[in-house]
Amino acid sequence: MKLNELTAHEILDGLQAKTITAQAVTACVKEVIQAQDKKIHAYAHTDDAAIAPDAAMAGKYPIPIAIKDNICIKDYPTTCSSHILKGFRPPYDATVVRKLREAGLIFLGHANMDEFAFGSSTESSCYGVTKNPWNLACVPGGSSGGSAAAVAGNEAIWALGSDTGGSIRQPASFCGVVGLKPTYGRVSRYGLIAFASSLDQIGPITKDVTDCAILLNLIAGHDELDSTSANVPVPDFTQSLKKDVKDLKIGIPKEYFIEGVDAEVKQSVLEAINNLKAQGASFVEISLPHTEYAVATYYILATAEASSNLARFDGVQYGLRCQPEQQRRTPIIDLYEETRHQGFGAEAKRRIMLGTYSLSSGYYDAYYLKAQKVRTLIKQDFDEAFKACDAIITPTAPTTAFKLGEKTSDPLSMYLSDIYTISVNLAGIPALSLPCGFAKNGLPIGLQIMGKPFDEEMLFRIGYTYEQSTDWHKRRAVL
Amino acid sequence: MISKKDVQYIAHLSRIHLQESEAEKLTHDLEGILGYIEKLNKLDVSQVKPTSHVLPIENVFRQDIVRPSLNPKDIMKFSVENDGRGSFKVPQVIE
Repeated sequence: MKLNELTAHEILDGLQAKTITAQAVTACVKEVIQAQDKKIHAYAHTDDAAIAPDAAMAGKYPIPIAIKDNICIKDYPTTCSSHILKGFRPPYDATVVRKLREAGLIFLGHANMDEFAFGSSTESSCYGVTKNPWNLACVPGGSSGGSAAAVAGNEAIWALGSDTGGSIRQPASFCGVVGLKPTYGRVSRYGLIAFASSLDQIGPITKDVTDCAILLNLIAGHDELDSTSANVPVPDFTQSLKKDVKDLKIGIPKEYFIEGVDAEVKQSVLEAINNLKAQGASFVEISLPHTEYAVATYYILATAEASSNLARFDGVQYGLRCQPEQQRRTPIIDLYEETRHQGFGAEAKRRIMLGTYSLSSGYYDAYYLKAQKVRTLIKQDFDEAFKACDAIITPTAPTTAFKLGEKTSDPLSMYLSDIYTISVNLAGIPALSLPCGFAKNGLPIGLQIMGKPFDEEMLFRIGYTYEQSTDWHKRRAVL
Repeated sequence: MISKKDVQYIAHLSRIHLQESEAEKLTHDLEGILGYIEKLNKLDVSQVKPTSHVLPIENVFRQDIVRPSLNPKDIMKFSVENDGRGSFKVPQVIE
């Protein structure tokens, strides 16, 4: 196997045994990026040597990593793949970036994404679309599509993504890699450019469950710079890989296996359930009765928070500044309105508008407040379900990766592709996506495991036990 | 349900200039999305408390002691336009 196809734990073993060097691994990954990224376009920016000093090779974890373009790297272009932030270089590191620097990781660049993480296909980036390494005519999923495609295309060993409604798990599923949305508050959001502050969470995208646990170890923990990060103990997540699933009770929500789910996806998930049964887990049918309201609730709350968070991009401080040719209102209002007209893409405008509408006078109670109340019901569904089980298993997405352009003209159908991932963010719980098969068309299928708040250990325990009895995670996309 | 005039009004609240063609497309899109969202009206939530945050959030305080912060020069390095003395330059705001 080529060096760029290795997992991080294989690389770390090789370094210890002195069979490989960190320099050789990094050089190999960078060569592959040079040679093939024009096909996949996983990266928004790779063109700056300043972020990978040789001194970093001396660190404990010299693993080449791709960072989503909405996570700040000091003095490095960080743009949320939006025109409005072109040229912006943050004056500070995100907390996760600082932690990874300290661990000695090698930053490869910023991974492409849907503009401001608004999307499920990585087709709304101002740098152009990212393609699925398993089939270049298909989307990689989104919004962390560049991160997932970089790992699946062997153009990075690890990647960081962010997940507001499924943006780590759905692309991990579409690209046949492992992705974790940690519990809200588990990982610091300091330096993550905010989309929806009550839902956003940074998480790992890796080639297998072991790597996912190692990377979560490096980024988790309380941070006084993020007042929403939780001050709770952080276990060594790799310890949970040693436990089996005997005596565990896993819930299957009946609402997730109804019409709309692709037959092959359903079949693969049922086979994974049988696999875990054979290894000693028991299964129980549960109900999450408000599932059908999750997408509507999410698109009110997430867009309302986004409309407020994105108010800061106004042409005053950083990025783009535009002035219309002819004065329309006052010079300063014109500056705001023209900058945002030219700077934001169609989906960003749509979401800011929808959010502004639901927060506006006369509509607040009917939309925003109502959605906050339904969020309570969705959270209560999970509280109730977890009284009867240790974890919940579902498909990550109702289908395999869809074709490029298939859903771009119909925003609602795009939103509905996140139907299985959104509730997790509304409830704030953790969820892991890992490969559980391939469809006849050669595209990967993802299994989602949801857990109780701050019980990522349970997800690793179940995910690892399943993974070790399959070889889906060992397959590599051939370009 | 939502008119093009409403859309132009929301665009102004959002401080986004829209071309006519954009406003037309957005009217159509928002109508579809708001129509879908209507399904929430099937639920009676009159007795339910709203959730703004999943974790119990409390005020976070720290000791009032001096600690290192960002250098104003670094902050201004990538600004759109500044006066060289630590302020962002903008067009006239007050008539």
